[in-house]
Amino acid sequence: MIDLKLIEQLTNAWGVSGNENQVRQIIRKQIEKNVDDIRVDAMGNLIAFKKAKSSKRKALKVMISGHMDEVGLMVTHIDKSGYLKFDKVGGIDDRVLLAKRVLIGKDRIPGVIGVKPIHMIYRKGEHKKVSSHEDLFIDIGASSQEEAQRWVSMGDYVMFDTPYEDWGGLIKAKAFDDRIGCYMMIELLKKRYNFDLYAAFTTQEEVGLRGGRVAAYRHLPDMAFILEGTPAGDFPQSQVKDVSRTPALGKGPVITVMDRTVFCDKGLIKLLTDTAKANRIPVQIKRPGTGGTDAGRIHMTKEGVKTVVLATAVRYIHSTVGLTSKRDVAAGMKLMEETFKKIR
Amino acid sequence: MKDLIKRLTETYGPSGNEDLIREQIKKEIKGLANEVKTDVLGNLIAVKKAKSSKLKASKVMVAAHMDEIGFIVTHIDKQGFLRVSNIGGIYLHNVLAQRVIFANGTVGTINEERAETPSEAKRMDKLYIDIGASNKREAEAKVAVGDVAGFHRCCTFLGNRAIAKSMDDRIGCAIMIEVMKKLKTSPNEIYFVFTTQEEVGLRGATTAAFGITPDLGIAVDVTGAFDTPDEKPKLPSVLGGGAAIKVKDAGLLAHPAVKKLMIETAKANKIPYQLDILEGGTTDGAAIYMTKSGIPTGVISVPTRYVHSASEMVDMVDVKASVDLLVKLLSLNLQQKGF
Repeated sequence: MIDLKLIEQLTNAWGVSGNENQVRQIIRKQIEKNVDDIRVDAMGNLIAFKKAKSSKRKALKVMISGHMDEVGLMVTHIDKSGYLKFDKVGGIDDRVLLAKRVLIGKDRIPGVIGVKPIHMIYRKGEHKKVSSHEDLFIDIGASSQEEAQRWVSMGDYVMFDTPYEDWGGLIKAKAFDDRIGCYMMIELLKKRYNFDLYAAFTTQEEVGLRGGRVAAYRHLPDMAFILEGTPAGDFPQSQVKDVSRTPALGKGPVITVMDRTVFCDKGLIKLLTDTAKANRIPVQIKRPGTGGTDAGRIHMTKEGVKTVVLATAVRYIHSTVGLTSKRDVAAGMKLMEETFKKIR
Repeated sequence: MKDLIKRLTETYGPSGNEDLIREQIKKEIKGLANEVKTDVLGNLIAVKKAKSSKLKASKVMVAAHMDEIGFIVTHIDKQGFLRVSNIGGIYLHNVLAQRVIFANGTVGTINEERAETPSEAKRMDKLYIDIGASNKREAEAKVAVGDVAGFHRCCTFLGNRAIAKSMDDRIGCAIMIEVMKKLKTSPNEIYFVFTTQEEVGLRGATTAAFGITPDLGIAVDVTGAFDTPDEKPKLPSVLGGGAAIKVKDAGLLAHPAVKKLMIETAKANKIPYQLDILEGGTTDGAAIYMTKSGIPTGVISVPTRYVHSASEMVDMVDVKASVDLLVKLLSLNLQQKGF
């Protein structure tokens, strides 16, 4: 049984890259009674430690990692009429921004990313052009610069206004990437294992794997499992060519063999796939050669760390709304639990 | 040395999949080092202890990468064709109709979908590998999504020049192995590192250099040769001009003291050399010199025509000069030279 209330709390939380405090507080509260040590490093990474069951012989050091931050926007300018200009924080397709509802600053001031109505499109083909985010603006209903400045400031973070919803088999929310990884880590920290466990909830992954760069340095682990959200490709696409649309929702957790930042350790990939087979858990292989995660930095820490990425497929990742499958989250949890039973 | 070059260049080993080339190199260096180990990222590290265990010896890291560029299977379609993504710098214009080989020996040929318009730019997603399967099931019996292929081409000697796939950087590996054979003793402690995953971001060298933390780093790699008909010579290195001593490339400014020492050593021993500047490329040296608080690093390069194609060409004059220069350098008391 997965804890949907916790997933709801995590995905609704406020945490664009560089501003992860609220997410960190939620996670801290969830894990502090279950772990032996908690520390927050200079980058804001939350690093928890749980000692191995028996300390008779030297225990292996296993690390799990997931990032707390989500993609979002930042206010760069308030114009004379009270409209806000903004910049992107993390990789966002400009097309997903038009007409979206957002929340600004710690008071969560509501706003809308405005778009010219179709009635006003005079130039032929204008509505077919993709507007760059530089041409867009946020409307908070202020009628002047002074009025707007009473509510928001330059440098305020902007989050997508997408509340969590349960759709039955699927769940809808923003930031499944990577609150779903954080959720899995919180669950894994409830048990004690035959190895020392380090859990690194990292910051600023979306702007360049920055928290991940330092997360494994102090306690270099023997192996690291990065728990992530990954793009699902099982939606209708304009080309009907047979050129790969994996992974899909409902077909199980997704294992990375290679992405743009890492070749995952073959031994760990085999451990996961063998465990999946033995427990009849379906798994998928992530389309090789795309994307990047904290694994890219963690595996290069000091003299190197054996690393593997296990992800949950999310449709429309990095947009204002994502869909994921409850069954996949449960299957991913089971796979990690069964895998951890085998490590000593 | 020609047989060694042939054996190394004809071995399979794209980035992240260096097991076979590592085993081959292990065989080649048997008995030539005091200690041989493999680290987490798969780097092969052969340690040659200093002649005297009493005097303080400089630690030198010499690095050449074992990996080559290649392709990773992203999808197997219903008819049994394989869709791919690149591993390292693949040039789309020189891969068509090339043969490729997987770790299990499966051979295929790379082709592309017909372009929609004649002047259309080439795209990775229009490429596919044909392994001669009639359908998906037949293909899946031989390969899987995530499997990796490298170029499949034999090495040929043309007088004093040689063409092969993966001269980048099996020629560097061959040079290091020859140096290990010729260098009987040295006042320095030398780590001969055959690195992994250089082509995807100097990853093996990064972690190996951290673990060793040498006093001096020397990478041995290829550099571009700009002496072919279609190029106005704009960069200096040419085939037959001697060992190319790196001044600057896209990732490294060679340490001036190291560069100076290389030039002086070449001159003193009448070894043919040239100065090398490369615009669009770099080597493991770029990772080594930025390790911890910084390591003085230089590069000895072998000028190579047609880099990152299935037919890279080198000149044995340059290869021999590189071996000689490296042997002479490593025979110096580097402690006394300030390293």
